[in-house]
Amino acid sequence: MGTSPVTAIINGKTITAQPGMTIMQAAQANGIKIPSLCFHPALASSGACRVCLVEVEKNPKLLPACTTPLTEGMVISTHSSKAVAARKFVVEMILIRHPLDCFSCESNGRCDLQDLAYELGIEKSPFQEKGSVCTDYALDDTNPFYIRDMNKCVLCGRCVRACDWQSGYHAIDFQFRGIKTTINPPVGRKLEESDCVFCGQCVQACPVGALTEKKAVGQGRPWQSRTVRTTCAYCGVGCQLDLHVKGDKIVRVTGTEDGMPNKGRLCVKGRFGYDFIYSDDRITRPLIRVRKGEHKSPDDEFREASWDEALDLVSSRFREVIEKHGPDAVGGVSCARSINEDSYSMQKLFRMVFKSNNIDHCARV
Amino acid sequence: MTNTVGEFAKAKLLFCIGTNMTEAHPVAATYLKNGVNTGTKLIVVDPRRQELADYADIFAQLRVGSDIAFLNGIMNVLIREDLYDKRFVEEHCENFDALAAKVAEYPPERAAEISGVPEQTIIDIARMLGTIKPAMVIYTLGITEHNTGKRNVMSLANLQMLLGNMGVEGGGVNPMRGQNNVQGACDMGAMPNMYCGYQKVDNPELNGKFAKFWGVDSLPDKPGLKIAEIVNGLPSGKVKAFWIFGENLVATEPDIKHVSHCLNSAEFLVVQDIFQNETTPFADVILPSAAWCEDEGTFTNTERRVSRVRKIKEAPGEAKPNWWIFKETAKRFGHDWPSDSGQELWDNEISVLCPAFAGIKFARMDAIGGIQWPCPSEDHPGTPILHKDGKFSRGKGNFQAIDWIPDAEQPDEEYPLVLSTGRRLVHYHSRTQTGRAIGFNERMPEECADISVEDAQALGIADGETIRVKSRRGEVAIKANVSKRMPKGMVWMSFHFRDTNANHLLSGDVKTFDPDTLTPSYKACAVKIEKIEKQVV
Ligand code: SF4
Ligand code: SF4
Ligand code: SF4
Repeated sequence: MGTSPVTAIINGKTITAQPGMTIMQAAQANGIKIPSLCFHPALASSGACRVCLVEVEKNPKLLPACTTPLTEGMVISTHSSKAVAARKFVVEMILIRHPLDCFSCESNGRCDLQDLAYELGIEKSPFQEKGSVCTDYALDDTNPFYIRDMNKCVLCGRCVRACDWQSGYHAIDFQFRGIKTTINPPVGRKLEESDCVFCGQCVQACPVGALTEKKAVGQGRPWQSRTVRTTCAYCGVGCQLDLHVKGDKIVRVTGTEDGMPNKGRLCVKGRFGYDFIYSDDRITRPLIRVRKGEHKSPDDEFREASWDEALDLVSSRFREVIEKHGPDAVGGVSCARSINEDSYSMQKLFRMVFKSNNIDHCARV
Repeated sequence: MTNTVGEFAKAKLLFCIGTNMTEAHPVAATYLKNGVNTGTKLIVVDPRRQELADYADIFAQLRVGSDIAFLNGIMNVLIREDLYDKRFVEEHCENFDALAAKVAEYPPERAAEISGVPEQTIIDIARMLGTIKPAMVIYTLGITEHNTGKRNVMSLANLQMLLGNMGVEGGGVNPMRGQNNVQGACDMGAMPNMYCGYQKVDNPELNGKFAKFWGVDSLPDKPGLKIAEIVNGLPSGKVKAFWIFGENLVATEPDIKHVSHCLNSAEFLVVQDIFQNETTPFADVILPSAAWCEDEGTFTNTERRVSRVRKIKEAPGEAKPNWWIFKETAKRFGHDWPSDSGQELWDNEISVLCPAFAGIKFARMDAIGGIQWPCPSEDHPGTPILHKDGKFSRGKGNFQAIDWIPDAEQPDEEYPLVLSTGRRLVHYHSRTQTGRAIGFNERMPEECADISVEDAQALGIADGETIRVKSRRGEVAIKANVSKRMPKGMVWMSFHFRDTNANHLLSGDVKTFDPDTLTPSYKACAVKIEKIEKQVV
């Protein structure tokens, strides 16, 4: 393999690409979109769906863009009539067994199959007249995090590759053969008893509505929500998340594909652990202890107070202790979960205002 | 970390010690597995045959608390067989002779005897480290949560300097930080001896710089008390007013009875949090704070990457951003702080006061994502790898001659087993968050105590049976999980659930803590387990 850039022509436009790139990668790097179902930039290509077939001059057969290396001087047409016809045939074949209940599908509006059919002008599969051959698998929704509807699966294998590569397990794979093929844990095992760790990477990789987040059901359509990028609140890896938010509700969470260090990957906590912020037992008002006796007792109650009253009390008691016993008689522990700006402010308060360096945090837990 | 998580996938050799990465840092573990699948060699050192061991080329099942002896044994072989990096040691390190003399006392036979790792395995590990370079050392709290925690960390630094594995891609000493912003809390100076940016309070020049910037005449220049000293200072009245922000100390500090007693003796206690928890009942005042998603700011991850945290909703009721609470308190002492948002605090104060963060600004992070410090100026790309080309911040790397000493609390006749504690995949700490997110309790409704097949058989305990785990501090009744991954003589528990919280058992006695860092021995507590005889009704 050489090291100098490769030059080729795609749709009449001259492009250059890194040596070793496939036609798909080169096209993407140059802002040209080649339709596909099974291709995912973070995963190895499998060439499974045949949607990315393109016409390459001097090649009698159409070539899959995702597995064909780009070579010097190639002249490629991604949307020649031959390529489009082939693509249309492939998508129509998929639609034979794909239920067209987009109305109620959670993936409506962010489904690659829907987009493809629209782009190719397909209204329904021409083969459907001969009787629907949609499958009738039971919905697998016994786990708390995501729903598997194998009737909608297009067998692109993205979930299998995501599980393998992005999550490091091999919980699911193609099972059975021919028209009975499905994606499942090893035959005879339920997902809950498999190696699945419920990271939901497969859900993020699925291009259609076969895998969807359970908590997102009915919460909002993609076009109704905005995407807010943030950092995970759980562990020190600091994964980047895209929150899909409608109003002030998180509909679902995905890993930011180009975010560092996780490059789209998340674990079960980062992807599904967000809803504690909506819990109805949050503390919502300052509370002040009402002592029953002279000493603190578990029977004491708390009463609600205004911020002014609560902070006046805190300030006067801290001032009193500092005046009587000196600044070393106060201490503080900051939060290793909260934002930097909070910890900065707390140590500033202790050092600058209380004149005490008795400030620490739970570095250890 | 001196290096980055992404390097796990490309490194030649990974040396993982005391890290339960697949559960505690799951996404980091995915890169490790990518590496292993594409040719990275893996050495795993852990008392438990945990999931990482399934991927290891060499797995060393060492006894809890024997790390230093084991590491000295490896260095003994490296020096004896001339497998270390002489050039790096000569050019970039000091005190080699002292190290060499110390590790000479730990031939592999002796290291094997102390650690329980076979002599040949120690030799094999040394040879692998000596021939495949560079290697990344990765560790977590399995290394630090001992009374020898700091010395364990220094031993790992010794090893990497000896191998010349510092300052290179695929090398370095890499602690995986536990909580999302532990790195940030340190960076921000929530420590008794340093201001933000690791600037020492007892350095007159820096002390003066902060006093001037904050507009006060003077700042205290004597390092303050560490968390354990503050808590233990409450009963004696040494510390009278205590402010706990966002930490559920009663659940997460060792020896719940002791911590409860201490907090109860506080003259005045403020607890600032988002939920009521085990600690709030001790408070005199409870202040409601804004949670994740309710404020704008930054977190710093284990790779020193400062990334943005964004707001999507208002805090419920009258809950307020934490910085606002501190600012309002300062106001009552006559100080009017200028910054009025996370952005103003970072851009106008933190990044101005700290040379390491000077080039990190909100606008930059919003444009390009997280930036790794040190980042001295706005045209600096950030620093993925520290100590590049052997340049240490204090000139040369200093070898430390370190002796092995046993963990403070040793098993004895009455308490013959060692309890270690940690975190499980689906939960997080005292569960104030995962316990409230749908699905997590369903996946793991209760805690269990992992015990070995041998110990279970000896006591006639069946998998799933409720047993009693007792220590000198207390006892809990808990389900037994009989596991082939556990070595004989060891019990493992988390601290996710209130009644079965392992912190009922651990020692809160500072004599069992690391003498330098006062980190409790979360990983080594003597216990016994008992079958609970069913009462015949
Ligand atoms: S949730 Fe994660 S582990 Fe489970 S099948 Fe999907 S990718 Fe694999
Ligand atoms: S479940 Fe989704 S990702 Fe997996 S093969 Fe089917 S369509 Fe593709
Ligand atoms: S998604 Fe998982 S691995 Fe990533 S930061 Fe959050 S808790 Fe850690």
